[in-house]
Amino acid sequence: MMRTSDLIASAANALRSNPMRSALTALGVIIGVASVVAMVALGSGAQAQVERSIASLGSNLLIVVPGAQRGGGGVRAQAGAGGGWDSLTIDDAAAIAQVENVAVVAPSQRARTQVVANGLNWNPQVEGVTPSYLEARDWQIAQGRMFDETEERQARRVIVLGATVADQLFPNVEPVGQMLRMAGGNYEVIGVLESKGQSGLGTDQDDIVLAPLTTVKRRISGRRGRGDTVSQISVKAVSEDALTLVQEDVETLLRQRHRTREGEDDFTVQNLSSISETAAQTTQVFTALLAGIGAVSLLVGGIGIMNIMLVSVTERTREIGLRKALGARQSDILHQFGLEAVTLSVAGGIIGLIIGVGGAWLMTSLFNLPLVIKPETAAFAIGFSGLVGVLFGAYPAWRAAQLDPIEALRRE
Amino acid sequence: MAALISAQKLTKHYRMGDETVHALDGVSFDVARGDYCAIVGPSGSGKSTMMNIIGGLDTPTEGRIVIDGNDIGEMSDENLAVFRNRTIGFVFQSFNLLPRMTALENVELPMIYGGVAPAERRERAAALLTRVGLGQRMDHRPTQLSGGQQQRVAIARALAGQPPLILADEPTGALDTNTGIEILALFRELNREGVTIVIVTHDHEVAAATRRTIEMRDGHIVSDKANDRSARHDAHV
Ligand SMILES: Nc1ncnc2c1ncn2[C@@H]1O[C@H](COP(=O)(O)OP(=O)(O)O)[C@@H](O)[C@H]1O
Ligand SMILES: [Mg+2]
Repeated sequence: MMRTSDLIASAANALRSNPMRSALTALGVIIGVASVVAMVALGSGAQAQVERSIASLGSNLLIVVPGAQRGGGGVRAQAGAGGGWDSLTIDDAAAIAQVENVAVVAPSQRARTQVVANGLNWNPQVEGVTPSYLEARDWQIAQGRMFDETEERQARRVIVLGATVADQLFPNVEPVGQMLRMAGGNYEVIGVLESKGQSGLGTDQDDIVLAPLTTVKRRISGRRGRGDTVSQISVKAVSEDALTLVQEDVETLLRQRHRTREGEDDFTVQNLSSISETAAQTTQVFTALLAGIGAVSLLVGGIGIMNIMLVSVTERTREIGLRKALGARQSDILHQFGLEAVTLSVAGGIIGLIIGVGGAWLMTSLFNLPLVIKPETAAFAIGFSGLVGVLFGAYPAWRAAQLDPIEALRRE
Repeated sequence: MAALISAQKLTKHYRMGDETVHALDGVSFDVARGDYCAIVGPSGSGKSTMMNIIGGLDTPTEGRIVIDGNDIGEMSDENLAVFRNRTIGFVFQSFNLLPRMTALENVELPMIYGGVAPAERRERAAALLTRVGLGQRMDHRPTQLSGGQQQRVAIARALAGQPPLILADEPTGALDTNTGIEILALFRELNREGVTIVIVTHDHEVAAATRRTIEMRDGHIVSDKANDRSARHDAHV
């Protein structure tokens, strides 16, 4: 039996003797593995991004917005009496709070206005909220504090900044305690939110200013609409299991309160977990698809190896005959040629992995995605390329092992 | 002592379409240990077929052949490989050295399949190359060697497994006369040291340099006689 070290030396020797051909043959696998690794990393990055941004939207969360849902999921204001953007009220929020399995209800009013501080202008999303908003959304305070119920009721001019706004307006100073101007009034910054990053839709969730709901209604967007309307009600259920039930109950309740029937609703209850599931599924399919494309090129690489190995067996027929005459067993020849194929493919796999990781890094930094390289992806890439070598090297190696030594020696 | 080679009624048939070629047609002979014999005969008379069967590269259609106690016809592929490695040293007309490898590596090759440890292998290969007069050429590749030198490397390789039997099919066929004489001198020396040698040749002078000449024609042995000593001396070897 041949020693393993001799087997490896013999394979290395054969591959070295034709470096250009070896490199070109490995190239097929290199491209295949590199594309699988890069594609999976890109897909996983997108998935992680979607998951992260969905988690940042809050868990077990229902969002009630005015207007009816049409067709594929878009929300539109319904024309006609009572069907407009101002159909949701603070009283609706209070009523929803009584629904079973509801943990937190947070009505909010959106406004857009310019804020000014130290001569710097910025146009963030301004959200009038109650203190419970943070709990509903699973948001955290990074510095300072959130305003309390009393401040909210009294329409105080206190605000909490999103990380982007804080960075933009107060790049060099501690934001908490600073003043800024908004809609003609002076507001005190009492807190800064923890950064949440981009949402799945690419909007910056940190580009936000939270102000007491009453303050926003009275001082910023008060001129528009009825006094007690809100643009959104966030409803947090006690558990994920209860979410669907709570959604149905909230819909029933609002239909009673608004005197509408199913199909003619002037509101929409969005279930974020179902959105997140869809998004996760989409990115999974996306990842699988990309990996599939890579796998096909890996397959093509494997066929390239088989092709070259067959050529090599034909070219080296005499060598095979000689080796057999000198005492090589069929298994020795099988192992020698098999190992050549596996060496080609595994070397291709390792180089492909390195290139794939590099490519993934490039693409994720280009698309601003997190770089996710799972160790199992790397192991899979190497293992799979080895498997490709075994599968596609097996037939040529078997052919070599089966050669009749006399015929082989007679060949020129 | 039992004969090293014992062939009884060997036949080898090849079917070529409707026709059957009788490459060997009932051949029987023995070769004693330590013998040095030549097989001669016209092209197509079955010499190579005979050598291939003795060397365990081929099996007879009928008949029995026992080499060094091994019944070739009964052996599995695996055992034939081991047999070739331990019992036979092949020398070919066209040398059959691997061009990628140095002379030393070529000589090591049979020992790789024999499972000899690398250090010992190297040492033995170097000793053998020195023995055939190529001590200064160990790191040369076949293309950097003359025909005679290549055949010496091939002989060193044939000796690497310390086989009792060397089979050489037209070993001087690709060499000029003087180089051929040198190679024959080497064989003769090896034979004196106890190695049994069978060579195929169609050169009667080469045959005369051996102890015994077996003449074949159409798959039969037509004559088998000992060469007298004087003839061997006449051939200058
Ligand atoms: N593989 C084969 N298939 C068919 N015929 C063969 C084969 N090998 C040898 N022969 C035939 O067997 C006969 C003996 O061949 P061979 O032993 O090579 O002769 P020699 O070596 O004496 O020239 C020839 O007629 C040859 O054509
Ligand atoms: Mg012949």
